[in-house]
Amino acid sequence: MSLGKSLKEGLVTNNPVLVQLIGMCPTLATSTSVVNGIGMGLSATAVLICSNIVISLLRKIIPNKVRIAAYITVIAGFVTMVDLLLQAFIPSLSASLGLFIPLIVVNCIILGRAEAFASKNSVGASAMDGLVMGLGFTFALVIMSVIRELLGAGTIGGGAITVFSQPATIMILPAGGFLTLGFVIAVMQKLLKKGE
Amino acid sequence: MTSILSISLGAILINNFILSQFLGCCPFFGVSKKIDTAVGMGMAVTFVMGLASAATWLVNTFILVPLGLGYMQTVAFILIIATLVQFVEMFLMKSMPALYQALGIFLPLITTNCAVLGVALQNVQNSYNFLESIVYGITGGLGFTLSIVLFASIRERLAASADYPKCFDGFPIALVSASLMAMAFLGFSGMKIW
Repeated sequence: MSLGKSLKEGLVTNNPVLVQLIGMCPTLATSTSVVNGIGMGLSATAVLICSNIVISLLRKIIPNKVRIAAYITVIAGFVTMVDLLLQAFIPSLSASLGLFIPLIVVNCIILGRAEAFASKNSVGASAMDGLVMGLGFTFALVIMSVIRELLGAGTIGGGAITVFSQPATIMILPAGGFLTLGFVIAVMQKLLKKGE
Repeated sequence: MTSILSISLGAILINNFILSQFLGCCPFFGVSKKIDTAVGMGMAVTFVMGLASAATWLVNTFILVPLGLGYMQTVAFILIIATLVQFVEMFLMKSMPALYQALGIFLPLITTNCAVLGVALQNVQNSYNFLESIVYGITGGLGFTLSIVLFASIRERLAASADYPKCFDGFPIALVSASLMAMAFLGFSGMKIW
């Protein structure tokens, strides 16, 4: 598959969050501001690419019965690395994402791609798949966080530009997260139906 | 005693795992179409969260901290949870077939439920003692059960009769309902804990 085609699939037609409907917890929790959203998206992408590569390399060695446990161990290793790197180099981001960095371990997208793709395909293809799916996840987070930050805090890009001064705070609270994701997925369903 | 009470109230109502912390959303949307399955899932999660809190607290206090391996928490905890779930499944299958029938299909799903790993990590973050950790795990699970059962009853109603744009079919309308529920639960955040 060509790069453009697989990018389109990962970002739009087969987007992990907006179409496959997995990885909801981090999407809802970390999309309160664009900076958090991008930080979460890229951290998960890094873990996804690395875990896909390692799992693809080990796919003939890992016995079928314990494969899920083996995948989780590999993923947890990379998540710990990302966690420590963020703590060391970007402590502010690490503090605002908090619990959700270690929780990348149980992000369904990563285990899902390990099981559905990396365990059956070559290293190159798996790395590519990790990149594309990770970018799809980041893309969904960016859409969500732009809407929520604009409506909920009245700013764009982490307070760099103030658009209006009396925002609807409910949008950055949990209720607003559910609401925004509901509307974004509804729009997505509408658009994809039209495309067919 | 007061700390136990405030932890319980906090975990069930004020900091509800799903509606205010976004932990455990996958099963919340995945298995909330029927009230029966929602109850089963809720019970299974409560059970595993209680057990996992106890096990991870013991491992963290007696193995990881003395050896200075705090950074291995994530790896250690997820492995504990995965093996724990496997053991619970085998144990229930052998000794309590009736309970296994009720909870069995949900157990494998729980390994990747972020509420379980979340509760283990939060116990450490909040430096709860052994009893407080177990209480937080169980009441967190009860809060999860409360919201998933309420949500399932709303969805049963929605499926029976509701009028909304077609593109909202399925997940979007469920998310909008969850948003309204979260707003309702926001009311609890004004509650003062003594």
